[in-house]
Amino acid sequence: MLHDLSIGELADRLAARELSSVELTRHFLERIERLNPALNAVITVTAEGALAAAAQADARLAAGERGPLLGIPLIHKDIFCTDGVRTSCGSRMLDNFVAPYDATVVAKLKSAGVVMLGKANMDEFAMGSSNETSFYGPVRNPWDTTKVPGGSSGGSAAASAARLAAFTTGTDTGGSIRQPAALTGITGVKPTYGRVSRYGMIAFASSLDQAGVLARSAADAAAVLKVMAGFDPRDSTSVDAPVPDYPALLDAPLKGLKIGLLREFFDGLEPRNAKLIHDALGVFTALGAETLEVSLPHLPMSVPTYYVVAPAECSSNLSRFDGVRYGYRCDHPKDLTDLYERSRGEGFGAEVKRRIMTGTYVLSAGYFDAYYLKAQRVRRLITDEFRAAFEKVDLLAGPTTPTPAFPIGAKIDDPVTMYLNDIYTIGANLAGLPGVSAPCGLVDGLPVGLQLIGPHFAEAKLLGAAHQYQLATDWHTLRPRGYE
Amino acid sequence: MSLTRQDVEKIAHLARLSITDREMPVYVSSLSSIVEVVNELSRVDTANVEPMAHPLVGQHLRLRPDLVTDSDQHEKFQRNAPQVQAGLYLVPRVIE
Repeated sequence: MLHDLSIGELADRLAARELSSVELTRHFLERIERLNPALNAVITVTAEGALAAAAQADARLAAGERGPLLGIPLIHKDIFCTDGVRTSCGSRMLDNFVAPYDATVVAKLKSAGVVMLGKANMDEFAMGSSNETSFYGPVRNPWDTTKVPGGSSGGSAAASAARLAAFTTGTDTGGSIRQPAALTGITGVKPTYGRVSRYGMIAFASSLDQAGVLARSAADAAAVLKVMAGFDPRDSTSVDAPVPDYPALLDAPLKGLKIGLLREFFDGLEPRNAKLIHDALGVFTALGAETLEVSLPHLPMSVPTYYVVAPAECSSNLSRFDGVRYGYRCDHPKDLTDLYERSRGEGFGAEVKRRIMTGTYVLSAGYFDAYYLKAQRVRRLITDEFRAAFEKVDLLAGPTTPTPAFPIGAKIDDPVTMYLNDIYTIGANLAGLPGVSAPCGLVDGLPVGLQLIGPHFAEAKLLGAAHQYQLATDWHTLRPRGYE
Repeated sequence: MSLTRQDVEKIAHLARLSITDREMPVYVSSLSSIVEVVNELSRVDTANVEPMAHPLVGQHLRLRPDLVTDSDQHEKFQRNAPQVQAGLYLVPRVIE
């Protein structure tokens, strides 16, 4: 079926004119219409725009133009501004916000000829690990609709896993691409901080946020990342470095590659998950890689560090939502303070308010040194330990999450338990490192993810390792029942 | 350490967030448990460790020439505003 083909296969068929982009777009739009109601993964469908963009891609193809993504349909996480299309960030605050411009990621993909089918549901302002904090309701996991798909890019993950698009975009501040990719059995890549532009990507925690891809294979993710990445003068922390040809580098042999097993990532891991991770590492060893155990003693401090740094940055970033220039405004404000407080109180959901207040608290007079500066110091310790580890190994490996997908409603009332879902993913964000999650098996019929973390700008090596693993295994080809 | 209702009321006001009476007990207890988690940081010895604000070493904020590079699109941008008049954002009267 068309929706099972890789991006490379689709591009070949489009190039050979055996398939038109309009045909392909109609195929995915039909799937969205039929399958999305049970998932709630897509919150805005842009059928008309998609068909127009597909017709345009077909015209470019007819004129002889070729491109790895020309005419390929995607769904964007609703955190990326899309000119003329509602960009809600999963929040009541932006329920009525029509972005007046395209995010750089959107613009780059658009000019490569990608067709946007719609916008994906997400945790409100990307704050959540289960996609239950969305104003538009929870997303359901296609592997079991009583389970969460992970978050915050839960809609993107579920849409990719259910084959509602060829691929989806996401963002990762503390694991928001890798964790949902793991829980839905797909491949997610979170690039190095600064690799992909943050311009037009609604800010959560600016020193951690990074855009990436959720796809069905490392090879697909590589094709997309090559187009998304690159310097953008409009993002002050964008890195001015050439973008490697990721797809061309996928075939680098694993012989001699040193993979470090993160000892701290196996503490408290469920035994069946641990076994799958060890099995996956066995595959790497069979392919010629060498594995050794590595310890990062301060890594367990990632969660407390993150839950100071991220809320602090969020409280600052979200101060822009004031009910004046855009977004929700309360009815009948009695004065300006009432307008601010009620617009924000009513426009933001419970988790967002909790994070804003946590951030306000750790930044407030008398607590700034004890919490914020302290967390920044521990952040350096963790980063230094990663750097030291990469002097001994090429990549680090471990699980992406402590457990497979959990039931909807199981953790939403206990924020601290929810935060622990990101225990294995946060470290890479604190240190700005790239990471990949790739499916490596099932526990009770639910997908488990293997996480690989690399040094800064090692995306090619990470995607290459994941690709070699996917050539040797078929976990990434498993499909949730009912979405074949 | 746990936070009191008064603490949370003060934080909410600093953050310009109205919190209803019904929501308040939930925030008092959940913010207290979060503070408990982040208090673990005090166990880490960070003597002589510089705070880290940014993940990439050697990255400096760039300066660009101070030139107008965009056109005036205020009408487009103000289409998202709750209340606008003559190109101005309207808010409740501030000065009596």
